[in-house]
Amino acid sequence: MENIITSQDLKLYYGNFEALKGITVELAEREITALIGPSGCGKSTFLKTLNRMNDLVPGVRVEGQVLYHGQDIFAPEVDVTQLRKNVGMVFQKPNPFPMSIYDNIAYGPRLHGTHSKAELNDLVERSLRGASLWEEVRDRLKKSALGLSGGQQQRLCIARALAVQPDVLLMDEPTSALDPASTIRIEELMAELKKNYTVVIVTHNMQQAARISDKCAFFLLGEMVEIGPTEQIFSMPRDKRTEDYITGRFG
Amino acid sequence: MKAKKFVEKLMNAVFFFCGILAVGCVLLITVYMVASGLPAIREIGLGKFLFGQVWASTAKEPRFGILPFILTSVYGTAGATLLGVPVGLLTAVFLSKVAPKKLADRVRPAVDLLAGIPSVVYGLIGVSVLVPFIAKVFGLPKGTSLLAAMLVLSVMILPSIISVSETALRAVPPEYEEASLALGATPTETIFKVSIPAAKSGIAAGVVLGIGRAIGEAMAVMMVAGNVANMPALFDSVTFLTTAISKEMSYSSGLQRQALFSIALILFLFIMVINVVLNVALKGGKKGEK
Repeated sequence: MENIITSQDLKLYYGNFEALKGITVELAEREITALIGPSGCGKSTFLKTLNRMNDLVPGVRVEGQVLYHGQDIFAPEVDVTQLRKNVGMVFQKPNPFPMSIYDNIAYGPRLHGTHSKAELNDLVERSLRGASLWEEVRDRLKKSALGLSGGQQQRLCIARALAVQPDVLLMDEPTSALDPASTIRIEELMAELKKNYTVVIVTHNMQQAARISDKCAFFLLGEMVEIGPTEQIFSMPRDKRTEDYITGRFG
Repeated sequence: MKAKKFVEKLMNAVFFFCGILAVGCVLLITVYMVASGLPAIREIGLGKFLFGQVWASTAKEPRFGILPFILTSVYGTAGATLLGVPVGLLTAVFLSKVAPKKLADRVRPAVDLLAGIPSVVYGLIGVSVLVPFIAKVFGLPKGTSLLAAMLVLSVMILPSIISVSETALRAVPPEYEEASLALGATPTETIFKVSIPAAKSGIAAGVVLGIGRAIGEAMAVMMVAGNVANMPALFDSVTFLTTAISKEMSYSSGLQRQALFSIALILFLFIMVINVVLNVALKGGKKGEK
């Protein structure tokens, strides 16, 4: 399988604090990669670097490279809006816009120039189906998205991200604010999504990482300790620190 | 012990008294306005009063039509709003979303100061700078006009629009904006398509507050509007509801004086309506937050 994102010796500083200490990693197409590690280890920071959402944090400085389809995303000629269209993001807390369900989904496509009613209708339906939400909301597309349950809101956010037709989806602890039933639905959805998308997910939940991911990367104190097939990471990690973490000795 | 209890009771009474003082004032003013405004309306006739186009209060056969004042106040306020809202809203966007913190912290006190400048000073600057300027640019014999009043009012309502809108824009959850940016929106698209719509009820409240200030302003308007009871036209001298009262009050008597009270009653009704709209706008905002 081809690598869609490659980071090479990626270092990131918040002011003087080195939050990422040279991350080198290759993310293969149509796989789910889980980033695990204790709080503050840099996994969320790394995730947000992949679509340059870290640009918004004042005082951030990046060294090294992140290649997306072979193109360095920090190169001056890169259009960051195009990058974010291709590398979508789902946040920890469901954050639908205070608009109708339909307008939430249509927001992205409209931004990028789709205005035909028929095309939008089609995109909205496809995106909602893609996030397995269509059946639940098809009768109330014009109702406010804020009336949905937390789990539905999160699937709406996934649908919204799908609507701009990305090929990578970044998910920052997408289920940590949800109840177990909603969590399972989203995990099932992710298994579906990986048929068409590359998914990178940050999770604090070890079982979740073990259940859903193909590869697993363990982060500690701004370093990536190791990455490998999920089974191997959980059964015979190469590094002692990984073993200590996944067996619950710290973290 | 007894003394303590007594002090408690006394203080409670004082608090209660202060609490109802404001309500009492509003009630008293309302009653007084209605009581002193109605007789003239009854004598002149409501239709003639509201829709009469001629105000000649000191003529031999006096006529009391206040349509020119009503329309002038409405047009003047609308014009000031049309000019002030875009500038005010974009200033609020600048302060809340665009400006670096240090710069915003310097601009904000300047805006607040704008609110603190007495209206007579606005009038002075208007009459000494704006009025001659308008006369020169448009080739008018006199620059005192509806246009001059609109311009002065548009500046005077800026602080209310800016500070209320800024607060509303700041209250927009950053998650909304992050979501928009993550979908590939530019910061400008995010402001216009997410932040402003999300803050719309607060912004509306700011605008209504500005409208309230504009329609109630007398002093600055009196100095730049020319005070002739014409039907409103952009380059003519005009009289607002407020200035119709203030310019004649000192020498009025009889029916003329009563008619001035009636004008005040109409103005009062305008302000009441604006306040109701404001409350609805604010409530709408709270509902939206759920």
